[in-house]
Amino acid sequence: MRHILAFIWKHSFFFLFLTLEFIALILIANRSFYHRSVFSNANDNFTGSVLTSWSGITSYFSLKQENKLLSAENARLMQLLTKSQVSNDTASEYVNDTLYKQQYTYTPAQVINNSASRRDNYIMLNKGRRMGIKPDMAVINPQGIVGTVVSVSENFSWVMSLLNKHSRISARIERINQMGTVIWEGGNPATGTLIDIPAHVKVLPGDSITTSGYSNIFPEGIMIGTVEEITVDKGAHFYTIYFRFSADLNSLRHVYVVGNLFREEQIELSKKIINGEVPR
Amino acid sequence: MEKFPGRDIARFFILIVVQVTMLDHINLQGFANPSLYLYFILLLPFEVAGWMLLLSAFLIGFGIDSFSNSVGLHAAAATAAAFVRPYAIKLAGAPAEYEGNLKPGIGDMGLRWFFAYTLVVVFVHQFSLYMLESLRLAEAGIILVKTITGTVFTLALIVVVEYLFMRKRG
Repeated sequence: MRHILAFIWKHSFFFLFLTLEFIALILIANRSFYHRSVFSNANDNFTGSVLTSWSGITSYFSLKQENKLLSAENARLMQLLTKSQVSNDTASEYVNDTLYKQQYTYTPAQVINNSASRRDNYIMLNKGRRMGIKPDMAVINPQGIVGTVVSVSENFSWVMSLLNKHSRISARIERINQMGTVIWEGGNPATGTLIDIPAHVKVLPGDSITTSGYSNIFPEGIMIGTVEEITVDKGAHFYTIYFRFSADLNSLRHVYVVGNLFREEQIELSKKIINGEVPR
Repeated sequence: MEKFPGRDIARFFILIVVQVTMLDHINLQGFANPSLYLYFILLLPFEVAGWMLLLSAFLIGFGIDSFSNSVGLHAAAATAAAFVRPYAIKLAGAPAEYEGNLKPGIGDMGLRWFFAYTLVVVFVHQFSLYMLESLRLAEAGIILVKTITGTVFTLALIVVVEYLFMRKRG
């Protein structure tokens, strides 16, 4: 009897192991489902408040660098002001407010958690649904793009970093205006990969890679990185281009969450094509 | 006999905090992210019940996951590590009798024993972690390199921490 019990005991260990692994694998596979659950919301609010107080401490260590970045950005924006430019035109200048319609909104946010060492890296921001953050908003910093918002709770949001295997950003090489896709192959957090650039065009090291504006998430022309190494497999029609991210994704502090006010309209329109309402 | 003392519970929370606030920000070209929280699983008493071992490992993994948005990933890897723990103890040479209230640390079992025991558990954890993290055959090379570097760093860190916080015995 004792032996039988011992036998069952040994197997109960194994079966509990299987059960727990099964639960964990279901969580991994159904990440999006988990994010929609109430539990995830409460959990995010808890971890968010812990991480906020911790980043309150650590933010002091990077104040100097952050100030430098912010003042550099201020200087850049100052140059864009009409005040600091001289008109070439002899005709009198007029400003027509209805000429421009705002498409993108910028919400400043602070990074309270970030990683670069995993295969899938996520960033937590201290702004959430209450401040108007929604999934599929873009996240950028003064140096370049950072990622995309994937889930929000009341006061916090998780951002999928560029350093993530699910991250695919529509990009182009500024100089030759060629479209491609930015992905990350893991490993070095400073280097990304640009694919889908046809091999017949000439790409040079040092070329700027910027957002294409075709994704209805990122505004057009925001810096992603600069080309470092260009390779093409034998017989392949497309380059594999390695480039350096312009934003230091391992030391983020202040970022902007960018919302596209026309996003719904753009999606609505593209749905018409997918549904076949418009003749192709 | 105390099966699950307060010391272990305290270690559970302290290690989660240390892991998510400091160690997760360590990063050498993306190839080193020591998982010190395994120290909790390693130091559970010899006579801990199987279900307790697995469940607490799952929970500490889930705790780490909550802070890094890697739903289920660390939970799966930590559970795998807890599952091999009894075999690792056997492999390293189980103590003849548990009655002396021995702890699976350097203080009671010696450095060689602790090293072998930790190596097995950490390796299984790191391998399952990076495998599940990537889930791509094409990245097998990177997975292998990460497993090895991760194992070395984690092992070294755990041995150092164990030396620093070792319970002195008469």
